[in-house]
Amino acid sequence: MNIIVLMRMVPDVVEELEVAPDGKALDMEFLRMVLSETDDHALEEAVLLKEHFGGTITALAIDAPEIDDALYAALAKGADRAVKIVDAEPGLSARAAAALFADAIKELGPADLILTGAQAIDDLDGLVAPLVSHTLGMPYLGTVTQVIPDLAKRTATIIREYPGGVRGEFDVPLPAVLGIQAAEKPPRYVPVAKVRAAMKTQKLETLSVQTAADAGPGLVEVIEMAKPAATGRAQMLEGEPEDIAGKLCEVLAARGLL
Amino acid sequence: MDGNIWVVGEQWRGRVSEITYELLALGREVADSLGVRLEAVLLGHNARNLAETLGKADAVIYGDHPTLAEPIPETCAKAITQLIAARRPQAVLTPLTNVSMGMSTLVAAALDAPAVNFCKEIYAEDGVIRARCVLYGGKMEARVGVSRQPAIFGILPGSRPAEKGEVSAAPPVEEVALSLPETSCTRLNRYIDPEIGAVDITQQEILVAVGRGIQSKDNIEIAQELAEALGGAVCGSRPVVDQGWLPLSVQVGKSGMQVKPRLYLALGISGAPEHLEGMRGSDLIVAVNTDPTAPIFNVAQYGVAADALEVLPALIERAKAQKTKAAQG
Repeated sequence: MNIIVLMRMVPDVVEELEVAPDGKALDMEFLRMVLSETDDHALEEAVLLKEHFGGTITALAIDAPEIDDALYAALAKGADRAVKIVDAEPGLSARAAAALFADAIKELGPADLILTGAQAIDDLDGLVAPLVSHTLGMPYLGTVTQVIPDLAKRTATIIREYPGGVRGEFDVPLPAVLGIQAAEKPPRYVPVAKVRAAMKTQKLETLSVQTAADAGPGLVEVIEMAKPAATGRAQMLEGEPEDIAGKLCEVLAARGLL
Repeated sequence: MDGNIWVVGEQWRGRVSEITYELLALGREVADSLGVRLEAVLLGHNARNLAETLGKADAVIYGDHPTLAEPIPETCAKAITQLIAARRPQAVLTPLTNVSMGMSTLVAAALDAPAVNFCKEIYAEDGVIRARCVLYGGKMEARVGVSRQPAIFGILPGSRPAEKGEVSAAPPVEEVALSLPETSCTRLNRYIDPEIGAVDITQQEILVAVGRGIQSKDNIEIAQELAEALGGAVCGSRPVVDQGWLPLSVQVGKSGMQVKPRLYLALGISGAPEHLEGMRGSDLIVAVNTDPTAPIFNVAQYGVAADALEVLPALIERAKAQKTKAAQG
């Protein structure tokens, strides 16, 4: 079974985010980039599938700050190939990223499954999984939490999430593009030493693809980006833990909650 | 007629989702400000009666087909694409929920139309439709414009109160023929209902919710101790459940439960839109988080900018003492 995992870097929202001087995007200068959380789950699901059913994993990413580390980590976790799409504009929209991914997937050859995160925190103009599925003419499901392939029949049984803890069981023909919400297990931790070993013994491949994605003007334009206005801001309680506990308990007692 | 505002309704397991009425209330405002009609689209099979609940719209377009009995995003997208191409609305408001996940993107891709995700507000400015979007897990907001029509907007739950979109008057319903394959290539076998855990968090008056900031599985016990002292139960956000620290049955948010307790005490939860969706209706929200700019403080009435683990011991002690005092008094 051949699996391609699409990986994108997103700003680490644990850090303070600032708006660029033009007021329309994030200030990239001090940003720390991390692998999009659901892409990490997609990679984990791919590694679990390889462990159970055999096959190969290709980690496919678009060039971005810190991407090499993410790709070497993918190799250390069990990916067989790590491919970086180069010559891409920084800060691509989801739509443009999906177009690059679709072109690259055609170059890489046949795959049974294409996995990526169900959604990323900056997917303003669309989700990558359905965009790629549309371009490649493959079936799509999102909010996926489990994949059980039946390679003899060229199908997979898919579990996806609904609200209220409900799950749905689907059958899809392969190849398919799946937006992974959560892997069956939390993404594994890979020790730095193992990543370093991957850096020494394995090589990242690069791929340059021609795409029409950056030809025309974007369909969606950010007019202004700003931190959310503080509406209905919480009343902040300050002091030592004991003071805070005291104030909070007063609030709760006043409302009959204690 | 060209240029109308459309709301795509969501029906799931025989019911119209609440977000449909939220979208109708929002769509009504936008259509009125532009002086155009508001039309609702509902897809289903033998579900015309559900279409009749969408009276906030001037008219309802109901598409019936055996493959639309349950909302599979791919199949729904094909149907919606056909309808948009034929009738050319200027803006289509779609629900951004797990049920419909991916549908609006597929429609936009098929029509080569703009798609705008994570919208919390849609408004008209100088006759042009714009959106206000929540990005980066709620850390940023963007005002967004589109370059052409029709534009497909994915709207977050909570944009308007659902009651504002519910009216008793039945709208005119037009049933339309759709040309769809007889079977979907993606087939739904069954729904799997959640196992009810030891605690049904939707029935609790007091919830102590833990997020990533709780740092380790062992610390859940401390939150548990506080919940016991307060007479409530522990629940959690997605990352904590994904880590296996709490069972899926106590997850709050988009994929988890919707809760409205009298007290929701959020510990180490930043307040991503997916989480807020599940708990913003709580009577009293108190949040403890190290990041003073965390979005959770925008929905909480009281906040503490501190490490939850530092505040917890004092809070447990004080809560226990107060309970004892109340019991004696």
